[in-house]
Amino acid sequence: MEFEEIVHRCFRCGYCKFTEDYQDFNCPSYAKFGLDTYAAGGRMWLINAWLNNEIKTSEHYAEILYSCVTCGNCEKHCVFTFRDDLLNIFEAAKAELVSEGLIPPPVRDYFKAIKVNGNPYKEPQDERGKWAEGTDIQLYSDQEYLFYVGDVGSYDERGKKMAKSVGRLLTEAGLSIGILGNEEKSDGNDVKALGEKWLFEQLAKDNIDIFKKKGVKKIITLDPHAFNAFAQEYPKLGGNFEVWHYTQILSMLIREKKIPPLSEYKVKVTYHDPCYLGRHNGVYSAPRGVLKGIPGIEVIEMNRNRENAFCCGGGGGNFFTDILGVGEESPSRIRVREALDTGAEVLAVACPLCAKMLDDAVKAEGVEERITVRDVADIIITAM
Amino acid sequence: MYRLKFDENVCVTCPTSDCLFKCQYIDVDRDTAHNEMMKIIKGEGSFVLRDCVTCYACEEYCKRGNHPFYLITERREEKGMLTASRAITNQWINMCAPQGKYRVGEVKEKALSCCFIGELRQMARGKLFEGIRSSYVLGAEFFCEVVYLHFAKTSIIKERLPKVIENISQLGIKQLICMHDECYGSFTSLAPAFGIEVPFEPIHYLEYLYDRLQELKSEIKPLNIKVAYQRPCSSRLSLDKYHFVGDILALIGAELVEREYQGENALCCGEIIRMTDRDEVANDVQKRNIDDMVESGAEYCVFNCPYCQMALSEKVSKRGIKPIHIIDLCKMAIGEKKINKGGEKNERYL
Amino acid sequence: MSDIYKSLVEIAGEGHVSTQTEELYFYARDPGLMPTHKPDYVVAPKTTEEVQKIVKLANKEKIPIVPMGAGMALTGLIIPLKGGIVIDMKRMRKIVGVNEKARHAIVEGGTSQGALKAYLERNYPNLRHSIPDAPPTVTIAANVAIHGQGRLAQQYGFNSDMVSGLEVVLPTGELCKIGSCSMSPDWFSKGPTLPDLSGLFLGWLGTTGIITKLGLKLYPKKRMRDVEIFVTDREDLVPDILFNLTHTEMVEDINIWFQAKPIMFTGNHHITLYITGDRDEELEFKRKMVWDSLKEFRDRKDGGFMWVLPAMKPTFLDMPQKSITTFADVKKGGGFEYSGPIVLIEKYPMLARNLEEVANKYKLAYSGMARVIGRGHAMMFAIAFTFNRADPNMMERVKKAGHEGITFAFDHGGIPWKPTVEEQKMAMERMDPNTLKLMKMVKENLDPNGIMNPGNWEVN
Repeated sequence: MEFEEIVHRCFRCGYCKFTEDYQDFNCPSYAKFGLDTYAAGGRMWLINAWLNNEIKTSEHYAEILYSCVTCGNCEKHCVFTFRDDLLNIFEAAKAELVSEGLIPPPVRDYFKAIKVNGNPYKEPQDERGKWAEGTDIQLYSDQEYLFYVGDVGSYDERGKKMAKSVGRLLTEAGLSIGILGNEEKSDGNDVKALGEKWLFEQLAKDNIDIFKKKGVKKIITLDPHAFNAFAQEYPKLGGNFEVWHYTQILSMLIREKKIPPLSEYKVKVTYHDPCYLGRHNGVYSAPRGVLKGIPGIEVIEMNRNRENAFCCGGGGGNFFTDILGVGEESPSRIRVREALDTGAEVLAVACPLCAKMLDDAVKAEGVEERITVRDVADIIITAM
Repeated sequence: MYRLKFDENVCVTCPTSDCLFKCQYIDVDRDTAHNEMMKIIKGEGSFVLRDCVTCYACEEYCKRGNHPFYLITERREEKGMLTASRAITNQWINMCAPQGKYRVGEVKEKALSCCFIGELRQMARGKLFEGIRSSYVLGAEFFCEVVYLHFAKTSIIKERLPKVIENISQLGIKQLICMHDECYGSFTSLAPAFGIEVPFEPIHYLEYLYDRLQELKSEIKPLNIKVAYQRPCSSRLSLDKYHFVGDILALIGAELVEREYQGENALCCGEIIRMTDRDEVANDVQKRNIDDMVESGAEYCVFNCPYCQMALSEKVSKRGIKPIHIIDLCKMAIGEKKINKGGEKNERYL
Repeated sequence: MSDIYKSLVEIAGEGHVSTQTEELYFYARDPGLMPTHKPDYVVAPKTTEEVQKIVKLANKEKIPIVPMGAGMALTGLIIPLKGGIVIDMKRMRKIVGVNEKARHAIVEGGTSQGALKAYLERNYPNLRHSIPDAPPTVTIAANVAIHGQGRLAQQYGFNSDMVSGLEVVLPTGELCKIGSCSMSPDWFSKGPTLPDLSGLFLGWLGTTGIITKLGLKLYPKKRMRDVEIFVTDREDLVPDILFNLTHTEMVEDINIWFQAKPIMFTGNHHITLYITGDRDEELEFKRKMVWDSLKEFRDRKDGGFMWVLPAMKPTFLDMPQKSITTFADVKKGGGFEYSGPIVLIEKYPMLARNLEEVANKYKLAYSGMARVIGRGHAMMFAIAFTFNRADPNMMERVKKAGHEGITFAFDHGGIPWKPTVEEQKMAMERMDPNTLKLMKMVKENLDPNGIMNPGNWEVN
């Protein structure tokens, strides 16, 4: 197994579970179950046992591995020099299960749907671009930027709303953007995180081909998962593009005054850092800058923010596989309660997966009257 | 065997005995200065051997090039006298011992020496070091060994310095830009004083910087700030290049404030004095030095030596003076920000 | 078996109970060297009531229970030697409250050191607790239960001395309040001036009950903190150096350490000491007193203060100190084992020499470390070895070296700290027989069914 020479070095000390200042446990699967096996240290020791044949592949072993939401908190806070490879190790261990064919059914279904339908929703490929109907967003044809929407933005109700808001904002600001519409393919970020290396490489190569054929140089992503794939993984496969998340572009447009001056919008907002934008790619300031530029807005930070943000629980494929399940101790509900503690009325998001996870959690907590989940673009539009 | 090139007659006939007379830490008249020096030369006991704080200044005070400080150091070692405790002395001897953990870049005939100081490698970035940054050496194998003067261990210098010089010349280096002032002093003052040959040309980094700034003159925006300069002890060994400090500051529009403790009267950073167990002297030296900077209206304290910087940065900051290395000051003048190691992932996308 | 499983699920909820191979594997061991032994069940309760129900169930079924914090004592104390139920306390991690003026906090049985530190920093920045250098996940309850030591040991003693009240679930399931809280709403004392029952639960390695809540004394936190390191090449002088330092009453923590590598440390003994102050004057005055107290050693060149470079300071000032944990990976093997007998400070030179001898004999990388407890009343002398978990031979040598080290310490008047089962036996062999009888009587009366962490403190 790749990285196997590192695995025995874990000390199961638990630094990986915490935020930087130790205020709380910050590993979503560990927060949910409270058993050490569901934290990074637990996975390391189990993978080591598996490598030494002390334990065999089992449903529970697979469940533990796939309950990791790949939020990267462990990589940030582990004190050992091998910390940067923790998620790589979990991915490699999952890849072993994939090659054995012993993966949880929801994971298997996810892969199948992507292979067969090109998206996890099993919706038709030729309806992928349907979300843009009724908007002024054009198909890509040599515009300056490709606006890449992704699976969730193309097919999920909440995601489509977000795609529309962002698309509208960018077009109204006069930005030269186009979408691939029905030609768009899944970016593969979560496929890779779930250990299906071969499928990911296929998707990546297909995407790189399409982008290159169409002369794409710059990409704006709706979804931080795609942002991560294009920025971190595609270059390794020959796909070198200038990649932006939409909040970074909004930040630029506001600076260049291409978005008209915003009216006052008196609201208390707290911003939730998406893991694939924040921890994995270091983008913290742009979305905050965009929000703080709205007159009258009050941006309050949750105790756990930036590198210490608590994941909504939608990463690592869990958005689709739902291995962490629901319940009071599910990460998204914990996060909503944390947002409520700030006194904020709006929980701002910059990721369609976060949007849906947190939206559902607000409903489950029964706090719709107190807090609303809205994406950054939507908040800007309100102030326009 | 390397021996100190010292001429007794030069001291015997010296009319001033400035070496000890001007010493900032020993209060003696010229006669006593002369007599104590004679004792030292003859290998007799002298309170000077006990009280010298190793600030190196007498190397400058002696206008006859007869290396009074090197002599004091030799005599101390001969008598088994330590400055710091045994434990601390051994710690430093071990700390800078070559262990095969060095770094060599794409070394050409002209190369940067970062001595054994990682901070110097960090600083060698940007336009000022364009074209030379990748040609560098760093590690104990390239360490100037001068610090052992503080510990009365010329034996370590004699043992290690020739090997360091060999390591450098073996790489084919003909011109070595010494980023550590002390290295320049080592190769141009210390080595020759002990008869150790230096087959390459040492270039002081301040001279290199000055020339480079001339090349980038059109990009210099005068800083219009008032600065105090923290003169390192090693500067007493690199006297011929001292003027570059003033030259550079003038070029970049940094006004060097007039203060009491400057030039020949400069006070060392004091931290070595503390390490040799003279904490009260160290506190006094640092207080007077920083008070002087404050009273003369300095906004910045400009450092030459990273160790002085480590010693005094926090202390000057507390008094409202910004600490900065002269290299970073030059970067400021040409509009470059201090670039930290690493940086945010995907910074290029921002 | 499955009835017990069902009962545990009813008590704690399905996601928090396991009989699966993976949990049984993980909870059968700790990162030290002790032999493993699987539990039959693992459960992570959330409330005191749940703990009580589990204990009552265990009594009924005569099945062992082993309460556990983070499991980082490294001496196998949480390995279920006779199987049974491992109770992972870490879900019970609330900070119940802080009485600022009385300077105490009330926390749950699974609250971590890190969480309390973060809570105080955010809400009561003028208060601190005696945090150990173990990873911040370690629980306060487990740490006091094993008489741990933290940053305030030299000033205020063992962490168990800082307990200000307990709530324990007895081995028979009753809930018991210990200390002032047994008759008052206030948690300011663990015993005095009532009969001090806290001694029935502290140091017993989980064999006499489960701590579900505790009061912990807090101490003033000064705005500034700095570190000095006094270095000597004469280990025989260390006790006198420490005597002088403790006399000043100006020092926070005092740690002594020595190791063969890196060579910068070779041959020296380093005395790291911390000073705190609210203002520069306070800090500098303490620094001066400390420097002056060691003048005789400095004058003779027998020792001196090293220059702690700004880049090095954060490592020393960090609480907990991460470098203590990263020592585990020195051999790229994630392994670290240490015993830390408590012994008179005057024994330091001989224990230091013995550690070096033993390490050389078994060709091991060692770290010698000691922490002063009280005003020189005693010290914890750590005999620590790092090993590669993938190298069984090295692990064997570490075990042997550890055994020799602890035997030597006992031979020189030391007592064990968080002892392995073997060390417990060695201690009991040397113990006064009437003391042993008393221990036995306490255990048997509190735990008639012998279910509490059996195999530990087994008096024969």
